[in-house]
Amino acid sequence: MIKSEEELTWKDLEVGCVVSDAGNARQYKTGDWRSLRPICDKTKCIKCGVCYIFCPDMAIRKTDEGYFEADLYYCKGCGICAQECITSCITMVEEEE
Amino acid sequence: MGERVGIEVSLAASEAIKMANVDVVAAYPITPQTHIVEHLSQLVADGELDAEFIPVESEHSAMSVCCGSSAVGARTFTCTSSQGLALMNEIVFIAASLRLPIVMLLANRSLSGPLSIWNDHSDVMSIRDCGWIQVFAENGQEVFDHVLFAFRVAEDAKVSLPVIVNIDGFVLTHMIEPLEFWDEDTVKKYLPDFKPVNQLHPDKPITMGAFGMPIIFTEAKKAQDEALIKSKTEILKAWKELGDLVGRYYQPVETNHLEGADTVFLTMGSIGETVSLAVNELRSRGKAVGQVKLRLWRPFPFEELREAVKGVKRIIVIDRAISFGGPGGPVASEIRAALYKERTMPAITNFICGLAGRDVTPDDYIKMYEKTEKMTKKKVREEDYIIYGVRE
Amino acid sequence: MEPLNVYASRLITKKEYFTPGHRACQGCAEALAVRLVAKALGKNVVVASATGCMEIVSSPLPFTNWEVPWIHVAFENAAAVASGAEAGTKALIRKGKLTDKGTVFLGMGGDGATSDIGLQALSGAFERGHNFLYVCYDNEAYMNTGIQRSSATPFGAATTTSPAGKLTSGQITWKKNMPEIAVAHNIPYVATACSSYPFDLIKKVEKAARIQGPAYVHILSICPTGWRLPPDKAIWIGRLAVETGVFPLYEVEHGKYRLTLDVGELRPVKEYLKPQGRFRHLTDELVEDIQKRVREEYNKLKIKTTL
Repeated sequence: MIKSEEELTWKDLEVGCVVSDAGNARQYKTGDWRSLRPICDKTKCIKCGVCYIFCPDMAIRKTDEGYFEADLYYCKGCGICAQECITSCITMVEEEE
Repeated sequence: MGERVGIEVSLAASEAIKMANVDVVAAYPITPQTHIVEHLSQLVADGELDAEFIPVESEHSAMSVCCGSSAVGARTFTCTSSQGLALMNEIVFIAASLRLPIVMLLANRSLSGPLSIWNDHSDVMSIRDCGWIQVFAENGQEVFDHVLFAFRVAEDAKVSLPVIVNIDGFVLTHMIEPLEFWDEDTVKKYLPDFKPVNQLHPDKPITMGAFGMPIIFTEAKKAQDEALIKSKTEILKAWKELGDLVGRYYQPVETNHLEGADTVFLTMGSIGETVSLAVNELRSRGKAVGQVKLRLWRPFPFEELREAVKGVKRIIVIDRAISFGGPGGPVASEIRAALYKERTMPAITNFICGLAGRDVTPDDYIKMYEKTEKMTKKKVREEDYIIYGVRE
Repeated sequence: MEPLNVYASRLITKKEYFTPGHRACQGCAEALAVRLVAKALGKNVVVASATGCMEIVSSPLPFTNWEVPWIHVAFENAAAVASGAEAGTKALIRKGKLTDKGTVFLGMGGDGATSDIGLQALSGAFERGHNFLYVCYDNEAYMNTGIQRSSATPFGAATTTSPAGKLTSGQITWKKNMPEIAVAHNIPYVATACSSYPFDLIKKVEKAARIQGPAYVHILSICPTGWRLPPDKAIWIGRLAVETGVFPLYEVEHGKYRLTLDVGELRPVKEYLKPQGRFRHLTDELVEDIQKRVREEYNKLKIKTTL
């Protein structure tokens, strides 16, 4: 999607206002909503993936080393990961700014 | 040339639907549409029509099922009347916005209350703004032809809009009329396989029916409006091809006895035939009367209407629905609006008659004409609409 | 209690057919439920969604969070639209116009769309026996329009149309038992699930998808916004819903009931009610009434599992 919503003309819309670019809402930065962010203490993390499975925003991703870290582009800072973490290695801290 | 038979129009319609090889029929029975759905279920049960017949639990679900099935690329049909149409109202609008080529036969019947099973146009008038292509059939042959026309136009990739074919309840649905079936080859030539513009299929995931915020809603409606307006091109093409194949040429506006007419009747639907008898009679008495029949209701045929009534001094618009407390019957209001900017605007008299199946005879139309003759003589300011024949 | 295999999360498919960037509230367990269902069903699915939270947060024109075919028509007809998609596909396959890929047809809606305004369409779809799956995301009120009560709102819960006032104290009727209504239609599979038990949920949805005929999965979807909870507590409170017997996890296969999680001795219901702002106004007496009724319903269910 090159044009923003404000720029779209009626001719840009697809027939029936169908959206054929599947999943194009990925571009929306829900991370801007955040006031708390999750911080993971890797020394306690057992790489279980419980935080990953419980994130309602699919904002936890697996790193190459197998740890699970927050995808700050999407993370809304709800804190479910910190609440559910088996070893309590995740803490929610205030966002700077 | 196809088979010529005497057949109840409902059954003829079902046979046309069978010849169109629909994939899904989803309908809820309501008088006077019942014979159509009954015959269709028999055809499916006998294996004569290979389709899924979905006996939905309400008309709202009927139109919803149609949306689902059309969205996956199935040729989809429904039919209803009156209260059924009212019940599916919200989905009718949505189907057009989704550009799903559903075909609906509307067996015109009066909207309640009081409850009435009889014929008038109040049901179709309640969905004027819905965005569907809307046409009227006058007799059994037209009904048969327009079923095939409807699928042809709806599914055309340049159109992709749902189509309503209006057929007067009881007056057409339950009458046995002589008509000519098409043969299989002709149907094949006229109606190609359905290739949907948009299709729900796992190989190519799309989203249909996203919600529209204020920033984009106007553009969505403009796109829909343009689609309906532009569909006229394909409508005319489809009618021409139909004529070339079976010899019956249909027009958005059809005329009768227009030569030298200073007064014309304007009708929609089956009363056109009754009015033509009155017109013939008046002509034989030396009156300069003609008739204009509106076949295409949406998209409204502005050019054809203006052309047809050029030079006419008075139009007698017959409405079969009331707009309470409004400026006139729905058709008269639209005719007035369509002619408003013309250099000479004819006098327009609006008679509302035939409500809920009340019989209106050629004699009644002659009386209406004579009444307008008096009005022309008296030069009084006329009422916006007259409910003809009401006992006061 | 089943031991939680903490590493099971890593076995779940990584592909997200419901993409991030959706506009659900922070901590929305309904979005999590949708995510889990999407993982369970994969890409070979056609989704018909009702109007509601999940529809609004995932489809603001011109964007979509769906990477599977998805259609939204109106509020009360998800089951009818899904029926149409299923029937249309069936006809096209039979007539040789489409190949049979075993596509799953999913109707989804909230509790309002399912047990209130959409009940008729769902009942019709069940009765006609369409081969489809219906998932109800139950957050126990009409959340998207501002937390108004539904027939799924539990007794005593405060909503904007069943507020705690001087004369009445929240919802005055007991939660409509939608899974039982589904069972009464004699459909082959009915199950309850909760996003706090993700593997149970995924297994049930996979099973329901494989069933021939109608299947119904009712998912308790915790809404921190509407239930007045801190955003990190949705999973935690869901577990309490199950462990107190308020929302037992069970499935009914061809009329045979089975608890999929036997929580043993039920925890007192007030452990579940107390943390939620929507129950804050409840007197001890009302809590006791609720406890009695929860126990009654749970026992009725347990008896059914022995039949």
